[in-house]
Amino acid sequence: MEQLFNRKYIIQGLFIVVALILLAKLFYIQIVSDKAFVSAESNVLKKKFKYPARGAILDRTGKVIVQNEPVYDLMVIPNEVKAFDTLALANALEISLADARKFMRKARAKSPYQATPFVKQISVQSYARLQEIMYRFPGFSTQDRTIRHYPDSVGGQLFGYVKEVSQLDIEKSENYYRSGDYIGKSGLERSYEEVLRGERGVVNTIYDVHNTPQGSYADGKYDINAIAGERLISGIDIQVQKLGEELMQNKVGAIVAIEPSSGEIISMVSSPGYDPNLLVGKDQGNHYMDLIGNPYRPSLVRPIQGYYPPGSAFKPIDALIGLQEGVIDPNTTFFCPHYYQAGNRKIKCEHFDGSISLRRGIARSCNTYFCYVFQKLITKNGMKNQRQTYQEWRDKVSKFGFGVKLDIDLPFEKKGYFYNSDHYDKLYGKRWGYTNVISQAIGQGEITATPLQIANAMAVIANRGYYIKPHLIKAIGDRIKKEYVEKNYVGVDAKHFEPVIDGMQDAVNTSWGTAVLSRIPNILMCGKTGTVQNSRGKNHSVFIGFAPRDNPKIAIAVIVENAGYGSTYAAPIASYMVEKYITRQVSGARANQVEWMKSQNLLPLIIDKSKKPKLTKADSLSIKKADSAKRIQDSIRIKSASSKEVISVQLNKKTKINTNK
Amino acid sequence: MQQQGNRFFFNVDWISVLIYICLCAIGFVNIYASIPHPENSSAFDFGSSYGKQLIYIITGLILGLSILLFDGRLFNVFSPFVYGGTLLLLVVVLFVGRNVGGNQAWIPLGSFRLQPSEFAKFGTALFLARYVSSFNPKFRDFKSIFFAAIIVLAPLALIMLQPDTGSALVFLAFMFPLYREGLSGYFLLIFLGMIVLFVADFLVPSAILIGIIIAVAGLFIYANKRKQTIIITTVMVTVIAIAYLFLVKVAFNNILAPHQRTRIELMLGLKTDNKGAGYNVIQSQIAIGSGQATGRGFLQGTQTKYGYVPAQSTDFIFSTVGEEWGFVGCFVIIGLFIFLLLRLINLAERQRSTFSRVYGYSVACILFFHVFINIGMTIGIIPVIGIPLPFISYGGSSLWSFTILLFIFLKLDSNRMGFI
Repeated sequence: MEQLFNRKYIIQGLFIVVALILLAKLFYIQIVSDKAFVSAESNVLKKKFKYPARGAILDRTGKVIVQNEPVYDLMVIPNEVKAFDTLALANALEISLADARKFMRKARAKSPYQATPFVKQISVQSYARLQEIMYRFPGFSTQDRTIRHYPDSVGGQLFGYVKEVSQLDIEKSENYYRSGDYIGKSGLERSYEEVLRGERGVVNTIYDVHNTPQGSYADGKYDINAIAGERLISGIDIQVQKLGEELMQNKVGAIVAIEPSSGEIISMVSSPGYDPNLLVGKDQGNHYMDLIGNPYRPSLVRPIQGYYPPGSAFKPIDALIGLQEGVIDPNTTFFCPHYYQAGNRKIKCEHFDGSISLRRGIARSCNTYFCYVFQKLITKNGMKNQRQTYQEWRDKVSKFGFGVKLDIDLPFEKKGYFYNSDHYDKLYGKRWGYTNVISQAIGQGEITATPLQIANAMAVIANRGYYIKPHLIKAIGDRIKKEYVEKNYVGVDAKHFEPVIDGMQDAVNTSWGTAVLSRIPNILMCGKTGTVQNSRGKNHSVFIGFAPRDNPKIAIAVIVENAGYGSTYAAPIASYMVEKYITRQVSGARANQVEWMKSQNLLPLIIDKSKKPKLTKADSLSIKKADSAKRIQDSIRIKSASSKEVISVQLNKKTKINTNK
Repeated sequence: MQQQGNRFFFNVDWISVLIYICLCAIGFVNIYASIPHPENSSAFDFGSSYGKQLIYIITGLILGLSILLFDGRLFNVFSPFVYGGTLLLLVVVLFVGRNVGGNQAWIPLGSFRLQPSEFAKFGTALFLARYVSSFNPKFRDFKSIFFAAIIVLAPLALIMLQPDTGSALVFLAFMFPLYREGLSGYFLLIFLGMIVLFVADFLVPSAILIGIIIAVAGLFIYANKRKQTIIITTVMVTVIAIAYLFLVKVAFNNILAPHQRTRIELMLGLKTDNKGAGYNVIQSQIAIGSGQATGRGFLQGTQTKYGYVPAQSTDFIFSTVGEEWGFVGCFVIIGLFIFLLLRLINLAERQRSTFSRVYGYSVACILFFHVFINIGMTIGIIPVIGIPLPFISYGGSSLWSFTILLFIFLKLDSNRMGFI
């Protein structure tokens, strides 16, 4: 017979096994997993975030050019929502009933326990209406925050925009940002994000199960006060910026104006531009898509991302290096037979001078003169060492800022193309010489630069030998930025600048100069035009200059794409900008010229590939015809209506990218 | 008589009494922590639940000690009356009882409410012990099993009518003392098998489950292919098991109340519900889990303080322990319970009389069911079944009934050398 008392062990064993099962589960939920701990915190602890005001930006005269406006987000904690009058809420918010339901579903999907935006950036009117009836909607609350406002409606690419953080931003910031935070996505908003954003504040409050606040958590030990973002003081002159954008409307190109003595950027125009206020608020996404889809690419920040051959604007640099290296002196003359013969290539000149001096060569933009200077520079150590002397020349030029990033305080700066000699080794083997690279003598061919680099080179000439890193922001709060005082010398002695500047002065101020039509009364502007050949269409109109000659206050580069000669568009635009900056206005008859310039439409023809799958030969011929006709018109400056017709056809798709006015 | 009384008093198992007092004290501390304390509350308030619980504990202790003064023989003699009385109360409560939380379980007596189902436990235990000790059945015949079943199932059925499924389930604990007295282990196995199949029925598609059962049966038959009786039994068991599976589904969908269905579905993870029926379990688990290893400390539990766990001082008192005292606290309480249960079994085994032994086993197993179901429920391994944690949960009826249950046995134990 079975010993029944042994059954005691089975029963006691069962007790122990069950106790171990209980302890194992307890061990798991209490020690292994921290899920419960986190849930417990989120049960009782509700964080209310205090969003600091983003830092304002001032222009160089102290005017606020970027500021904040209050807006309100309607937040909802889906699980705390009781049955409510959906219609009343929808009416107060001016949304449809279907939308209200959709937003509710979305909020619930995001998090049933956390406050999630129901409708973002509600209007002031909606906010006022809501305040009266809020008590009827438990679970809803308003969160006040600020959005950006740009009073002058200019400088879209310059200021950039702020946007809600993406998941990627959150990860990159190692969870500094929370979903729903805003972050500077481009322009100054991006590069100064860390000082502009300030510090987000938090108030931790304990809530009981009935959602009644039970006081501060840990006596506010973990609360954080919001700290407003810092104020930035920029070197921008908003009046000049505004004029620049108006002058550039319906044109593609860029203007960069720098104060040479400080490196502060006075104006930076990227055209086509857009009103930065478009990228604020509820319709941000739609407007952003419009900008991205625009064929003239307003999203491109041309002053730092556009690649342009500097063209004739490069000639002063040739001259400076030639003088420094001693291959020419201020009195050197070359004979210009209206062209320069380099091997089997012929580089044409647009003027008739015969024997020509340095000063006149610059003023008349003589290709031949500078091809000779270049030839002399590259061959100064004999024909066999050309590869090496090219590299030396290239390094000297790059000291002016070509082919390198200038470290401007904007994101996504590009450095342009400016090749080392090994690039040509690859192209030509080791047997190449100045004739292969001669186009760089006149700033054409392989060399490309951003408008910023070109303007910076002008600042070097204005400063007679050095530049200070160009920058948009000179001070954060009251702190002057230290990195922007260092002088970067380019290795050309100050004395060599005067002959070159003489030539540049003549270019603007003498009857034989290329930019004489852009002379500014009472201001001695020195400058240089450029007409940049462009394989993809009409020439680019380029002008670089600075003013006044002594103690220069402004150095400027203007590029108008597909506009023809430098003297027709770029030079006058530069002169208006300079005059506006120095005298605060454009006076006399020139005021009317400003209006004419603003009205000019030089947008290149965009071939909509989706509509016209293939360009027929007849089409391309007609485009060419229209183009060359235009060039002639430009050169003699006929203000005919017919050219406008051509352009207005091109502009059928033009959207409101230029909302400056 | 006086001398004799002293001797018996000396024979009382004071270790069990000490554990009992410890558990009551732990209960009081955690009930104190479970109710909101306004900043300016006075030091002690007898109107509050912790104040009342202190009264219950003191009166319970007096009750327990006075039981020790009884003549032990009385329990055997009066057991039919006690049993009959509790059955009567269970009938009465169905007519005059007050409905609290859906259960017709309470008889109001002035400011106090009596819960007959609590007292039915020791009533049944006493009478079952008497039945077993007087007839000394070995449970090999149908008649003795039948009578034992009637004794247990009568109060169980009456409680089910309230309906208080939780309290009724506890009566299944009597299976263990009967097993100890000779009931075939197959009953336990069948019971276990029913639970396993019940759970499996919801988690595994029926076709696969039936396939598995047939496959196992097939293997078993193949291994015993020469033994005809085994083959026949296996086939029968298989058929019954499959029939049971269908019965479970039908019963689940047609007999169980919706809230019971939901609780089972939640426990099996077939449903998640953070706000409705699942709220208790989730919040209880959050509270316990947030205690981590050493807990947040006395009165520091945020879930406890701010009322996130419903029924916190009664059925879910264990969540307060878990939150404020952490794994260490849980370990201590489970440890104390297991120590007490193992000790009670050992005490039961040293009894000379069958009556005392059966009663001792009943006490241990009833306590075991309560502890297992209650703690298991608070940590989500058992569906929500509203039964108290012995000695710890708030409530006079339950504390007193557990005290009586335990102290009767301690009295019987102190008398073990003598008569009966």
